[in-house]
Amino acid sequence: LSAAGTELGEKRRPTARLKAWWSNPWGKPRFLILFTWAYILWSLVPVAIAVQFGFNAGRSRSTWQGFSLRWYFQDPNLSVLHDPSLRAALVQSLQLAALTMLVATPLGVALAIGLARWSGWGSRSANFLMLFPLITPEIVMGVALFLVFVHLFGFVQLGTMAQVLGHVTFTVSYVVIVMRGRLFSVGREYEEAAMDLGASRWQAIRTVLLPMLYPAIWASLMVAFAISIDDFVISAFLMGDQSSATIPVKLYSAARLAPSPAINALASILLFASMFAIAFAILVMGRSRKKEGKGGSAVEDFARLDL
Amino acid sequence: VSAPDERRAVGERRWLWPSLAAPGVIWLVLLFLVPLYAVLAVAMGAPDPIFGDALPAWNPLAWDPSEFGTIFGEIFTGQLDIVFLRTLVYVAVATFLSLLIGYPVAYYVARHAGRYRVLLLMLIIAPFWINYLMRMLAWVNLLSTDGYVNQVLMFAGILDAPREWLVGKHETVILGLVYGYVPFLILPLFAALDRIDQRVIEAARDLGASSAQAFWRVTLPLSSQGILAGCVIVMLPMFGDYYTATLLSGSPKTNMVGKLIEQSINTGGGSGRGAALTVVLMSFVAILMTYYLYSVARASREART
Repeated sequence: LSAAGTELGEKRRPTARLKAWWSNPWGKPRFLILFTWAYILWSLVPVAIAVQFGFNAGRSRSTWQGFSLRWYFQDPNLSVLHDPSLRAALVQSLQLAALTMLVATPLGVALAIGLARWSGWGSRSANFLMLFPLITPEIVMGVALFLVFVHLFGFVQLGTMAQVLGHVTFTVSYVVIVMRGRLFSVGREYEEAAMDLGASRWQAIRTVLLPMLYPAIWASLMVAFAISIDDFVISAFLMGDQSSATIPVKLYSAARLAPSPAINALASILLFASMFAIAFAILVMGRSRKKEGKGGSAVEDFARLDL
Repeated sequence: VSAPDERRAVGERRWLWPSLAAPGVIWLVLLFLVPLYAVLAVAMGAPDPIFGDALPAWNPLAWDPSEFGTIFGEIFTGQLDIVFLRTLVYVAVATFLSLLIGYPVAYYVARHAGRYRVLLLMLIIAPFWINYLMRMLAWVNLLSTDGYVNQVLMFAGILDAPREWLVGKHETVILGLVYGYVPFLILPLFAALDRIDQRVIEAARDLGASSAQAFWRVTLPLSSQGILAGCVIVMLPMFGDYYTATLLSGSPKTNMVGKLIEQSINTGGGSGRGAALTVVLMSFVAILMTYYLYSVARASREART
């Protein structure tokens, strides 16, 4: 009988084993593993292909014709380095991101400290006001800023000035979100102890609180840079004329006009810049975690920010 | 320390925090709230008799709602209703598909990823920092007539001739929206699923629930906050999106409300109409925004207690 049983088992083996492997409740959730990796491939491979075509030797953006750096700097007329409009977009993007980062970070750090510690009258409305730009559809902000600069704040010219003001407005809230987690975990005991020991309020903030916030401030600078350099809608609405077009604005206007792979090269430069900024932010936060002997990973902190 | 000194120190501390917040708050009032009011003022303004462009009516007593009358008239008589309806359908379908894709991914990373967790999180966060337009551009490359998608489909025998994906196709625009916004849905879902106490699910299993029952009756209800927050997070920008359809289809047949706003603002004399459309869009998404702010406030209250 047992021999017959094994024989039956032998016969059934391939499909039965596959079924058991697939649906074993104690094994790994294979469907989820496959699904997750398929999703990740789907989300990243198209971008990788777009980056690859920036290195294409020919003019096509859909057929691979060999590797070259032609579209970055070798081509004397059409490369990112030599085409005046593409180079101008790159410069404008970097300049905007740098200015935004330098204005939004101090503003946002001060706002974050204030909001985290202040619990009196008005603090709730200030908190809501800070959250609002994060959830307002960008087109609404773009239209609003455009109309206010045209009709009310006439002294602000459309162009770089207006773009910086607009970028800072929506970046400040992101800085606050990055700082907030750190401020809650530091707690208010340290600066209160310093003030009880005779430090003035500024001394307490400058010599006690700020040094504890440095990693988060670095991360904020990088996040502000990356958010600003990635923006399209606000830059487009506030740009005035073509001289203040940024990389995303160029991508938008060129994507359907049979462009050369130089547009892919330009987009790849943007990608490298923001990836670099974010990798730096995660590294700084990770190092400070390690120094304080905390477990876990800065990547998880980043994932929980809900940016 | 004498008593007056101490009182002064306490008073100083009370003013310290609001004064630190003040520059940021003033900035947001001047460059966020005032501009929002400007949209309303322009939308309610009377058209300039010479240039035809709206002159903003800053005083609410001088408001002239004729622009809204025109828009609502067009919504009900059939010139605009199709665009509003299309926007709604696109956003609803794209959000539903995003949830279908995002939930299993978030679930796996939050609960089963083990030692791959940090790596997977990094790969999931990556699209956040890749420019949205570049991600659309990637699909423009792939979906072009001689692109990889057509080549693969023809090689597999599914298509006989290359398909024109990039001209007025609803499915392409929805694909673009899903591709663009899924990552924003996964992170709130991940956070919600990650917070669920493993012991609750083990308790359900110990009490006799099958793993499917434990999922439907414990895990899913406990993650419902994350599902709602995630859906709202992706629906808000989708409602204002105009670039996805422009890049991936470029046809009036797939225009969304955002495109109408962009076109009106960029044509001379159209800013009154653009502002009025923005107000309509804003009041439309206000419900979603209120819900989100309410849930954030509740979450931070719970975190403090």
